[in-house]
Amino acid sequence: MPAPAPRVPQAAPRRPAFVEGVDRLRAAATTEPGRLRLIGAVLAALIVAFGAVTAWQMSDRAAAADDVLHRSQPLSSSAADIYRSLADANTAASDGFLAGGQETAASRTTYEQDIRNAAEGLVNAAANSEPGSPSEAAVAKLNRLLPEYKGLVERARVYNRQGYPVGGAYLRYANDKMQHEMLPAAQQLYTKENARLASDYSDATPYPWAAIALGLLALAALAWAQLRHYRRTNRVLNHGLVAASAATVVTLLWLVVGHSIARAGLDDSYDHGVRSLNVLHDARIASLKARGNENLSLVARGAETVKVGDQTYDTYYYDFDKDMDALGKGLAQAAALADDSGGSKPVVAAQGNMKVWKERHADARREDENGDYAAALAKVIGPKDATGECFDSVDANLKTALDHEQREFQQQATDGRDAMTGLPIGTAMLGVAAAAGALFGIGRRLSEYR
Amino acid sequence: MFVRRLRLSLRGWGGVGAMAVGCVLALAFVLLLPLTQSHGEDGGDSASGGGKLATGRQARAGDCVDSQVQNDTWAPSGADGATIEAIKARKGSARKLVVGVDQNSYRWGYRNPNNSDADLEGFDIDLVHRIAKDILGDANDVTFKAIPTSQRIPALQQGRVDMVVRTMTITCKRLDDVAFSAPYFRTGQQVLAPKSSPVSGYNTTLADKQVCVAASSTALDDVTADRQSGKVPSSVRITVVPNQLDCLVRLQLGEVDAVITDGALAASQAAQDPTVALKGPAFTTEYYGVAMNKKATDLVRRVNQILVDYRSDGWQDSYTKWLSATLGADSAASEPPAPQYLRTS
Repeated sequence: MPAPAPRVPQAAPRRPAFVEGVDRLRAAATTEPGRLRLIGAVLAALIVAFGAVTAWQMSDRAAAADDVLHRSQPLSSSAADIYRSLADANTAASDGFLAGGQETAASRTTYEQDIRNAAEGLVNAAANSEPGSPSEAAVAKLNRLLPEYKGLVERARVYNRQGYPVGGAYLRYANDKMQHEMLPAAQQLYTKENARLASDYSDATPYPWAAIALGLLALAALAWAQLRHYRRTNRVLNHGLVAASAATVVTLLWLVVGHSIARAGLDDSYDHGVRSLNVLHDARIASLKARGNENLSLVARGAETVKVGDQTYDTYYYDFDKDMDALGKGLAQAAALADDSGGSKPVVAAQGNMKVWKERHADARREDENGDYAAALAKVIGPKDATGECFDSVDANLKTALDHEQREFQQQATDGRDAMTGLPIGTAMLGVAAAAGALFGIGRRLSEYR
Repeated sequence: MFVRRLRLSLRGWGGVGAMAVGCVLALAFVLLLPLTQSHGEDGGDSASGGGKLATGRQARAGDCVDSQVQNDTWAPSGADGATIEAIKARKGSARKLVVGVDQNSYRWGYRNPNNSDADLEGFDIDLVHRIAKDILGDANDVTFKAIPTSQRIPALQQGRVDMVVRTMTITCKRLDDVAFSAPYFRTGQQVLAPKSSPVSGYNTTLADKQVCVAASSTALDDVTADRQSGKVPSSVRITVVPNQLDCLVRLQLGEVDAVITDGALAASQAAQDPTVALKGPAFTTEYYGVAMNKKATDLVRRVNQILVDYRSDGWQDSYTKWLSATLGADSAASEPPAPQYLRTS
């Protein structure tokens, strides 16, 4: 490899190294071989810098895309699962309570399974949260409250089986803990994990401007060097410089096209996957809360009221109406976001289930307010034409929709990440090859002066 | 492309901003909440309690005295008036007496999930069946409506129920809105605590204790007033819950040391937990009455007639069945006084 500056004997007076270096450069630039050496050095440096910056920026983006796919989205989904399991456990507990001694094996199993899921999810979330972070605090809080909650539910169950009304008071207390302490903590965890997901997305998708700018600069420098070469020698082609230009162009194209494809895939996975998933998760939680409140209104039997303005309402019926509104809005949003029939069909079906649910609920509430508790109970947890069926259908349809969107996300995010596979290493290698080409080309010219 | 990037980065900053706002709000809550709460407990609470008490005891001071309020009712009569005619004229399956009751007061009005048809049962329910039998001929010609405590008076005023039989105390304030029958039960505010507790009643043994009362209850008014006047130590701390039954939950969980509620409901709590007991005598005297619409004079007279008969035949059986286990085999303390019918207009 030729040295950038010729060997000049040391001058007698000592001068600063920098000044001396500049002088030596100036001296070298006065001769053609010196100029050629300088051009070769600058070209090689530009191309190497382009390769290095590309490799660095793209490996950052590829790592972020991989995090989206394998770390932050699974964690966000697992936080949503903790949230859902807790809400579902609360609903199953009230279902079982209403059935009293006739509690079905299914509702008992659901409850136990939910508690287990939540506990396992919390272990996972704890392992992935940074010490001192709000997520860790939320996980710690949930870990503390979960056994407390379960204790209250078990007491409620025992008293209820003996026929004591204090069982209902225990269940209301447990529900209160769930709705006002545990679910907000689970929601906080979910929000934090979603923020982490969004930040991984914004690390993966920005254009690598620095790399692109350096690539264009390197290309411009190569073009200028070739033009100069042509003017001085009248020779059209210098093989080394042409190879270097070709390699740089390929690298630049790969960078821009590869990243654009990756970006499109990731944006799609966000718009059609993550956003739909968030809306669907929220809708599912709303439907679980609504069902829980519907059950609790029959457990409480008017024990708690809430005053809004001048009107007094049963606390649980009031909350039920609010949750159903949230469910309706969530489903409408999910329907608007769904981009194919696989996603929109279950959502539309859930909207239909919700409509029937509202009608049946109005019937049940009328019976309850008319004092026919047995009829109201049958319309809520009965085996036929009860609101329970509607809730189950809403839940099943939302699960189908969630699974579909999860697959969509997986597909598009994988495509996006795969478009960046090999980009860092490939561009680095191409950069080295281009630099070598440039040096080889200049070297050929230099050899003509020897 | 640029707009997208801007939007993305804005979204990022929006998230950060929201988080920051959230943190600030949470901090503000943590710092300010204790201030507002301690203010509520010390200043606001006792002031409003005192205020409520004042209106409760002094309203209508001219023509109603709380110690005599149970006599403010119409003389008994078996005749059918407009209200009773209207009830009897109801058609088909609607030909029922509509009564507001409680579903959560064990031994008073309670839906037992272990009954085959989950029927209501208790002392109040027995009385309702007797009234229905007398007016409509069949003890089961009743539609029970579960109504929350706060809805007892509105339900009567709006005609949603014919009467309320729901451990409802006769007070001057309530007489402004509804009419009462003669009293059918005597009770009073009482203390409930674990059998092993050093608390012996509504006295100095409550010092430094956490006591539980239901929201907007007589017990809450009394204990806040008595804490001021020195009848109970000022160190008594109060926990307010939505429903009296929630007090038993807090007591069992060790979150409170004692419960104050009226004796009948305290007995209903004691019946669900053999390790707690009523402590000391009742420190007030109150009477339960059947509440009806103010205009239903004929119905009030009829119910008073039914109560006269019920006292001699039925009352004692019902007491023995539901209440003797916790209130004692001797019913003397619970028996209503000999009725006087002082209302004339």
